[in-house]
Amino acid sequence: MKITLNNRQDSITQDQITVSELLKIKNFTFKMLVIKVNGKLVKKDSYNNSVIKDGDDVTVLHLISGG
Amino acid sequence: MSKDFLSKTNIMTFEEIKSELKNYTIGIAGAGGLGSNCAVALARVGIRKLIICDFDVVSESNLNRQYFFRDQIGEKKVIALKENIQRIDPEVDIITEDIKLNENNIVDIYKDCDIIVEAFDLAEMKQMLIETCLTKLPEKPIVLGLGMAGFGNSNSIQFRQSENLYICGDEKSEIADNNPPLAPRVGIVANMQANTVLEILLGKK
Repeated sequence: MKITLNNRQDSITQDQITVSELLKIKNFTFKMLVIKVNGKLVKKDSYNNSVIKDGDDVTVLHLISGG
Repeated sequence: MSKDFLSKTNIMTFEEIKSELKNYTIGIAGAGGLGSNCAVALARVGIRKLIICDFDVVSESNLNRQYFFRDQIGEKKVIALKENIQRIDPEVDIITEDIKLNENNIVDIYKDCDIIVEAFDLAEMKQMLIETCLTKLPEKPIVLGLGMAGFGNSNSIQFRQSENLYICGDEKSEIADNNPPLAPRVGIVANMQANTVLEILLGKK
């Protein structure tokens, strides 16, 4: 399937995957993230059951200390 | 937001810019390196109302990047910053809250702002603000500062937009004892946040 990940087109071999699986595949290893799927916030406790499908728009932010 | 709004911002005089900006209120969440420098930049160009929150006091270690002076060490940051901005322009209306922001008070304090500038230092606080706003103030533009520790590598600092989240920073450099936040890169990101605020507001025309 094709998704948009952080404003870029991306291909994933599976037809659908969970947010947790996407994070693993794409190596998002930071502890603290903010994830949006199609504009909606997905909280940490939903990473395992929130499903990403073809055409979805996914934003992953690494939260980094400093300011 | 459409792409062609960018072109409009480049054909305004400073008088026109000021007269447009005076109608807006900007929330600044945190008065450290990002918040103090961003607030000053916004006040200089014509933002007339700021709502600034921070619970901290000015310390010596802040002076390597934050818009405070040595004789303000020990003062509440929100009070010191208000003083400094009003020395630049006494007409700026500055509402200060000496408070630690959380899931509940963010909404009350910032709901009437046109834009919120996220200017915290800790990742946990950044996450809390973003999640709270996406949940409770879903239409509000949030301008984030993410990743600016160290020095050099100016081109790593970038801007991107994800709907109403506007992200400024390299999204990589985490602060550490051997990678401190310093005036130049913190200033770049703080001013990039201010610049983004202008782009959003002036693009509305």
